[in-house]
Amino acid sequence: MTTSTALGKIRAKQRPGDRVFSTTAVSAGVLILVTLAAVAIFLIVQAVPALPATGEDASILRRAGNFWAYVGPLVFGTIWAAALALLFALPVAIGIALFISHYAPRRLASALGYVVDLLAAVPSVVFGLWGILVFAPAIQPLYSWLVDNLGWIPLFAGPVSATGRTILTAALVLAVMTLPIMTAICREVFLQAPRLHEEAALALGATRWEMIRMAVLPFGRSGIVSAGVLGLGRALGETMAVAMVLSPTPGLISAALLQASNPTTIAANIALSFPESYALNVNVLIATGLILFVVTFLVNAVARWIVNRRKEFSGAN
Amino acid sequence: MAVLTQETPNALAAGKLPRWAPWAGVAIAQGVSFATFAVLQLAVVGAAEFPVAGAVVVGALLYVVGIVTMSALVEGRRKAVDRLVTSLVVAAFLVAMVPLVSVTITVVANGVNRFDPEFFSWSMRNVQGAGGGALHAIIGTVLITLTAAVISVPVGLMTSIYLVEYGRGALARGITFFVDVMTGIPSIVAGLFAYALFALIFGPGVKLGIAGAVALSVLMIPVVVRSSEEMLRIVPNELREASYALGVPKWLTILKVVLPTSVAGIMTGIMISIARVIGETAPLLIAAGFTANMNYNLFDGPMNSLPLFVYTQYMQQGNPVEAYIDRAWAGALTLIIIVMLLNVLARLFSRFFAPRFGR
Repeated sequence: MTTSTALGKIRAKQRPGDRVFSTTAVSAGVLILVTLAAVAIFLIVQAVPALPATGEDASILRRAGNFWAYVGPLVFGTIWAAALALLFALPVAIGIALFISHYAPRRLASALGYVVDLLAAVPSVVFGLWGILVFAPAIQPLYSWLVDNLGWIPLFAGPVSATGRTILTAALVLAVMTLPIMTAICREVFLQAPRLHEEAALALGATRWEMIRMAVLPFGRSGIVSAGVLGLGRALGETMAVAMVLSPTPGLISAALLQASNPTTIAANIALSFPESYALNVNVLIATGLILFVVTFLVNAVARWIVNRRKEFSGAN
Repeated sequence: MAVLTQETPNALAAGKLPRWAPWAGVAIAQGVSFATFAVLQLAVVGAAEFPVAGAVVVGALLYVVGIVTMSALVEGRRKAVDRLVTSLVVAAFLVAMVPLVSVTITVVANGVNRFDPEFFSWSMRNVQGAGGGALHAIIGTVLITLTAAVISVPVGLMTSIYLVEYGRGALARGITFFVDVMTGIPSIVAGLFAYALFALIFGPGVKLGIAGAVALSVLMIPVVVRSSEEMLRIVPNELREASYALGVPKWLTILKVVLPTSVAGIMTGIMISIARVIGETAPLLIAAGFTANMNYNLFDGPMNSLPLFVYTQYMQQGNPVEAYIDRAWAGALTLIIIVMLLNVLARLFSRFFAPRFGR
């Protein structure tokens, strides 16, 4: 018993296999950081020539005049569509998460969660095809009705789009596409709500909703916020569904939801314009992509920061 | 005794709606709604298409108003609020099922039109109008996705090993944070990155299959890292300690003890990450381009892929339009079948090959 202290610190034998393996592991991790940095650097390098460009240098800028006037409406459209999608999707996601965690029969709950996850497995191009050929025609009568009866509200101002391919349709499709990730995060947080708090609330005579309001929602608040922010990040960057569903009008800033002319998003604009682009036009599009990258990076960083902060304090993980 | 309990009202059940009330309420409300719509249609509109969706929505509203009012009268305000919230929560779930069911039905119904042998054995080279197929796109998808997996799986797996077995301090925290952030990179930005990278090497306007694979692996690596990390973390520490106690070096412990224990979960994660990127369209549109021809060479010229096939068939319609739309739907059906197969295989894999820690 006494001899072990006399030996001092025991050093592990260094084996070549260990060295090779740990070096490979570290370099794989570092490679990820390098890749992320490379994404930023390559985009910046390609974007810089576009910043001082005018309509004479790049044909794509002819209408707007300069880069910032070109990208302004796109930024507006991106944020507007994503915000609408979040507005529709977050309440529904919270509802689904509560249904799976606290309302559905125990035995069904995990199967139902899997069914919601299936929504995430549908490729965005399929959602685009469905949105344009099935959903837009199906919802157009509702738009006509809204314009006829509620047209005095500026958001619903006419004339109504005859195809239904409006920014509201795009936002609804985006909402469907962001549902699974938001539901998954909310569900996880709700399931972690302390069991004893829930049972205490029920034992005091609370109804199920009162129990959820007092024990589950306060516990899950930061989870809901981060789910919302992550969903927002997804909606900001989603490309194909918007590119296919929306009928865009270049350079438009308008909040009207039901008209035939709509502002478009950065990602959809890149997808539609890139294949025919050449020379400086490519740089202009990459510069808009850089702006999208920065915005989504910040949004995701905020979301992860909220999640991680919660982890440290709740002791849940 | 038996007679007594039947005749006196149960004190515990007093002031409550019976348990079957919600189900009966749904049935009555929907019945009333459909009947009203039918009568209205016969009397006012005439022989138009019956608005099923409208009737269901009105019936649901009718039910919520009815059950909340009855509950407020019989059970009091608190119970009424509880019933309102229950209805809303169930409604949220049902609303989310609508697009899933609708997408499935329309894709299957429209996709079967061209889901024939010709679709899987022809490319679109020199095809105008009807006929043709997606073989070139399927080959392209398989090649690009496999290449992306070959790049992403070693990097992702080694990173997760680093995070679980070696990582301490600022570097590990930084990698965890940036991997999380990387999962949120918009797919089109990944495409632009791959384009910018290869344009620097091969000159502007380059479209290569390998560029598409690089773009996809940017999207795939973080998914692989997250799922493998989770699987490695649930390997019990006792196994590692037992191995160290026998004098096994750390790298052999990881290779021979940790990885075999978690291999089922890791395989599941890899399959799900493949399913995630196989449907990506935007990065391939930017980086790999599209073509009507077969292309087996990742390093030579544009290479089509299944999602892009769907997109281009829809966006560049020719004459007759139906031929192009049908091909787009058939492509969508193929894509969904592949994704679902991957998902189901992944679940089966994790169910049958998961390690059993108990006896």
